[in-house]
Amino acid sequence: MLDLLWLVPTIPFIGFLALMLSAGKMPPFAAGLVGAGSIGLSFLVACLVGVSYLNMEPTGEGIAYTQTLWTWLRVGDFSAGFSFYLDGLSLVMMFIITGVGFLIHVYATGYMKDDPGFARFFCYMNLFVAAMLILVLGDNLLLLFMGWEGVGLCSYLLIGFWYKDPHNGYAARKAFVMTRVGDASMALGLFLIFMSLGTLDIQAAMSTAESQWQPGSGMAVAITLLLLGGAVGKSAQLPLQTWLPDAMAGPTPISALIHAATMVTAGVYLIARTHVFYELAPSVQYLVGVIGVLTLLMAGFTALVQNDIKKVLAFSTVSQIGYMFLALGVGAWSSAVFHLMTHAFFKALLFLTAGSIILSMHHEQNIFKMGGLRRDLPFCFWMFLIGCLALTALPFTSGFFSKEEILAEALASPDGGYLLWLGGLTGAFLTGLYSFRLLFLVFFGEKRHAAEEMKGSNLQLPLVILAVFSILGGYIALPLDSVFPHAEHEAHPALHYQIIMIAVPMLGILLAWYLFVKRKDISDRLATDGMGKTLHRFFFSQWGMDWLYSLLFIKPYVWLSRINRRDFVDAFYNGTAGLARFAHGLLSDTQTGHLRWYVFCVGVGLLLLVSIGVFA
Amino acid sequence: MILIWLMLILFVGGIAAVIAERSNPMLPRVIALGALLLDLGLLLLVLFFPATMGADATNQISIGQEGEWLVLFQADWIPQLGISFIFGADGLSLLLIILTVFLGLMSLGAAWHEITERSGFFYLNLLWTLTGVIGVFSALDLFLFFVFWEVMLVPMYFIIAIWGHENKSYAAMKFFIFTQVSGLLMLVAMLGLVFAHYQTSGALTFNYFALLDGEFTTEVGFWLMLGFFIAFATKLPTVPLHNWLPDAHSQAPTAGSVILAGILLKTGAYGLLRFAQGLFPEESAAFAPVAMTLGAISILYTAKVAFAQDDLKRLIAYTSVSHMGFVMLGIYAWNAQSAQGAVMTMLAHGFSAAALFMVAGGLQHRLHTRDMRQMGGLWGVMPKLSFMALFFTVAAVGMPGLGNFIGEFLVLLGSFQRSVTITVFATGGLIVAAIYSLIVIQRTFHGEPKQQYGDVADLRKTEMACYIAMMLGLVWMGLYPQSMLALAESGLMNLGLDMSTGAR
Repeated sequence: MLDLLWLVPTIPFIGFLALMLSAGKMPPFAAGLVGAGSIGLSFLVACLVGVSYLNMEPTGEGIAYTQTLWTWLRVGDFSAGFSFYLDGLSLVMMFIITGVGFLIHVYATGYMKDDPGFARFFCYMNLFVAAMLILVLGDNLLLLFMGWEGVGLCSYLLIGFWYKDPHNGYAARKAFVMTRVGDASMALGLFLIFMSLGTLDIQAAMSTAESQWQPGSGMAVAITLLLLGGAVGKSAQLPLQTWLPDAMAGPTPISALIHAATMVTAGVYLIARTHVFYELAPSVQYLVGVIGVLTLLMAGFTALVQNDIKKVLAFSTVSQIGYMFLALGVGAWSSAVFHLMTHAFFKALLFLTAGSIILSMHHEQNIFKMGGLRRDLPFCFWMFLIGCLALTALPFTSGFFSKEEILAEALASPDGGYLLWLGGLTGAFLTGLYSFRLLFLVFFGEKRHAAEEMKGSNLQLPLVILAVFSILGGYIALPLDSVFPHAEHEAHPALHYQIIMIAVPMLGILLAWYLFVKRKDISDRLATDGMGKTLHRFFFSQWGMDWLYSLLFIKPYVWLSRINRRDFVDAFYNGTAGLARFAHGLLSDTQTGHLRWYVFCVGVGLLLLVSIGVFA
Repeated sequence: MILIWLMLILFVGGIAAVIAERSNPMLPRVIALGALLLDLGLLLLVLFFPATMGADATNQISIGQEGEWLVLFQADWIPQLGISFIFGADGLSLLLIILTVFLGLMSLGAAWHEITERSGFFYLNLLWTLTGVIGVFSALDLFLFFVFWEVMLVPMYFIIAIWGHENKSYAAMKFFIFTQVSGLLMLVAMLGLVFAHYQTSGALTFNYFALLDGEFTTEVGFWLMLGFFIAFATKLPTVPLHNWLPDAHSQAPTAGSVILAGILLKTGAYGLLRFAQGLFPEESAAFAPVAMTLGAISILYTAKVAFAQDDLKRLIAYTSVSHMGFVMLGIYAWNAQSAQGAVMTMLAHGFSAAALFMVAGGLQHRLHTRDMRQMGGLWGVMPKLSFMALFFTVAAVGMPGLGNFIGEFLVLLGSFQRSVTITVFATGGLIVAAIYSLIVIQRTFHGEPKQQYGDVADLRKTEMACYIAMMLGLVWMGLYPQSMLALAESGLMNLGLDMSTGAR
């Protein structure tokens, strides 16, 4: 069954082609069937492939299956095949993408029901899934890069899906251009890998590097830094994280699929996929962890003060990916992927529930205009509660297992792990605080607007399934042992550390309850008075980073372009032409038609010639 | 003979078009279509049944180099001066000739409904321009090359000057002067080369193959190379010799812009490959840092200028210069990857730029303006045209899976091994390309409409057919570029490039 692998990305691609070629003429029901059905079919094929893979006999180093479709490029000593590579890591990613992707597609058939661009929506969505699958299945970095750019394009198209509002267009462009900055860095990384190792084949390049380079070698440092540039762009980590909150302009299923569950975790996948390079560059690997901690803290603080339900979730996503980066930074590769998966479950659940709330509230997203929705929307309440519990990592939820693992490994890692652990712990407290602030503000307190629950199996069933996985997903054992090296140190923190790690998120929840349910006046005062107000504004503006980037990059570029709109080089040529015309004019002025003038000129000329003859 | 036939068919077709106009003004375009289809058919025969067309690898004329000439034709012209008719096509020329005929058909599609006045003379100029281009791509006698170089210039001048837009005479004159001055420079360099060769070998000849092993001092070689370089760099064009292009492209009728961007620019790149690199390998290697720097500057500078334009056609024109910067970079980084990348960029840009000019021309035809400040929200009005614009914009941004990406990636991959610094700057082109491209989509197709568009029609069937053909071409190049790379490889080997590794 393994040779069916190529069908997994191909089926969504065929769905995309069918929807594109029908050019919007397909009735919504058919479009939904093609759009969601293709992903479902792809998931089934992925299951068949997965079962065969898990039954495969291990050969040599680990278990992997490669399928080459054709030679894509072969120039000189460079070659790249259109080849797919299946190992434990890509298997997990494939399941997340097709599985969670299918649920989100089903949900979207309900969510987008009345949209005139229904078919266009599914067309882009299917293209996205195909590109994402190519990203995780590509056996060389060029094919990975193709998927990488493809998902970026779909992200652009879907953020700006409601194209009539220029604000959406701006958000879409911002996302594309900012991630492209990272992509350019990643492209340079590819060039460097080819120059130093002679191939872009991931496994071959990594094994050559392992055998040829010493840990800490300059080449490994340069390569990992450049790849990291790509990863922080795609995964919205510092310093390229500012696009993700704006990306919430897209329809909510997009936020769930692209900007929570799959695409934004591509950076984590990239680093995990090329982990051998990072092991050869410990300083950069440590930097990954530092970036993760800084991002998770910054985003956590920012999430505390947002008033748009989707933006809170967006910053929460940035923050959770920060945890994954932290895990990568301390070499807890499997934990990073584990958290990637559990996060895909509960964050997709949260986003889709948020989508249902937004629909029920007639496209209201401001949480301060919600409140007391517990009774009107009981289904949403329970779903949201489960999502928040998993996000906060309460014991026995899926988020608990993955986050606990990350923190434990951070604590156990040598050099500076303690600081990273402390940062992660603070983040866990913030997570409890902001997620339950959100929950309390939306579902508790006084009721401001009536809302009616959205019914329908396509809107509710996916949520139930995701909720089940959000709770139980922690018990899934991932087949990653053959992909990553085993940790040298077994992470079993002492009991008091374990108690701390369980208690801290609960403290966050408690504080949220105190501030936003029990004594709401305190939180109101905090947001509007003196110091609190300043901090509030500072956090709200993402620590002024948008402002800074605008000042440093956007304004100068726009200004330079504007003053040189007419291309100053052209002035040289027009100047030459003008000069010639001027000289031409001078000479033609001498031709007046008056005899006296000519006689005068001849006279002066003679005089000049004679005087030259005499004096020279 | 096949190359002669290709040119003869177009040449005679042009004359027939003028004569046919007297009986029916709709007839010339049919004649042009017939001539181009006939050419395309001949080319396909060469490609798939080379033996029957006398184009066989075994039929090659030995020139003491690797690689093969698929088609060669030789006859005397002015033997006293060593001038002869030598036409030949290797993989590189053949690819470019196919591109020429194919885009000729596209420009015909663009002109089909747009050109109503003096249609006979228009199609004469169109076909004769293409004749000149095919001549340029296949002439292997320097004098003959120069003749064709001039032949393609004059009809193009008329196309801009007669059927152009509001500022056509300025644009046509500018185009003419730039090309003419640089052409004269090339002529001087050619004569210098021929005399230098005469002094050392005692034989007066313009034969390309004979001149390949000319010997001259480094200093002389450098100046001769520079003459060729400036001529071709103007045609390509590269900053700071690019200023004819935005005017010519924005003022030309759609069909003219398609040919200019799609084909004429490539004659500059072809010249750089065939003559600057082919005849002066050492001098070009020494000059490479300058040329590569110019390429990188072109990429970044014109992308920035493009971003600021309000005139859609002018914007696309500037982006052409930016993309040609990659070609320059690839040709002078001069290793297997970068040179193949330059060729792929030439082909892919031929398609994407031609299509984008058709989009701009189509919009102007419908809305009577090229000013993006008066557009916006067109997605809801013309979904098909908007989709095509989006597709080709995405291609031009360098999306993997489409041809342009293959070209740019290979160029950068190759040039990175030559100069890390220059390549880092050139890679910045990926970012600035995204900036100018997406702003076009926003200002033109997204957002709310800026005006009442009234009753504008979406794409016609002829237009649709053209766009789909170019789309398929780009997808083909993006997913299976190996088919074209294989053809180009033999041509690049003819130029003395070692194709086995990345290093020279």
